[in-house]
Amino acid sequence: MKPRRQLTRLQKSTVVYGVICFVLILVVLQLWLLTATLDSYLGGESGLVWPALGASAVCLLLNLGLLRYLRRL
Amino acid sequence: MADEPVDPRIDSAAREGLTGTAHTSVYEPTREPEDVTVAPDHRPMDVQPKWRRDFAIDWPEDHFVSRRDFAKFLVLTSGAFVVGQGWIAAKSLVRRREAPPARARIASLAELPPGSAMMFAYPGANDPCLLIRMRDGRLVAYSQKCTHLSCAVIPEIERGILRCPCHEGIFELSTGRNLAGPPPRPLPAITLEVAGDDVFATGVVERTV
Repeated sequence: MKPRRQLTRLQKSTVVYGVICFVLILVVLQLWLLTATLDSYLGGESGLVWPALGASAVCLLLNLGLLRYLRRL
Repeated sequence: MADEPVDPRIDSAAREGLTGTAHTSVYEPTREPEDVTVAPDHRPMDVQPKWRRDFAIDWPEDHFVSRRDFAKFLVLTSGAFVVGQGWIAAKSLVRRREAPPARARIASLAELPPGSAMMFAYPGANDPCLLIRMRDGRLVAYSQKCTHLSCAVIPEIERGILRCPCHEGIFELSTGRNLAGPPPRPLPAITLEVAGDDVFATGVVERTV
């Protein structure tokens, strides 16, 4: 069995910075989705609500996956 | 000489000139300076007081932990956004099942000369609306709540606008469309019906454009 490569703390920090960038982009996307959905809902439209909920949930799953990777780092 | 085990230490007396012949696993792995946490009293971290173990001494460790915690906070925010989306979806389901507002008499034409406006509540008692009779006799009605932050809009019939005094939002009088300022959407329109001399409200039309 191939042993896991041990990263130094500086290397880990670099990985954490990269992961934070991805998570931040996804969170900003979710914020945009939320404001657009709320605006659409208050304007009487309901067609956007469920696709936006699905997209936001996918973003959350991606974020949870990245966080899991960070915890196992 | 041949039966004696080879001392793997690189600086042992019998190994002059034999550098590199021993397996690399015998050497202590090189540690980077930032990997070593040394307390001021030089004792191992296991025997240090808890406060010193909680607050890392070396900056790379401190950065790693604080950035990882920041990532956790971001993921928590991400979860909160999904909860918000779920709340909107639930409200949307509830709204879909609501019955349309009932037809209600709001005024008589005799009370409303051309170029004037009056207030009424529709569909509920806490939903203020404006009924406006334009100069040409046409009737229009809108919700009085500004679509920015729900301040009451004021009709300025001579200028052909509805103005929100809170943040200077401007709506077109004839259509209710947002013309200027922070309001993101037109005013909800109240559909009207004129029967004889009476004016009835028959529904609310919310719009995005």
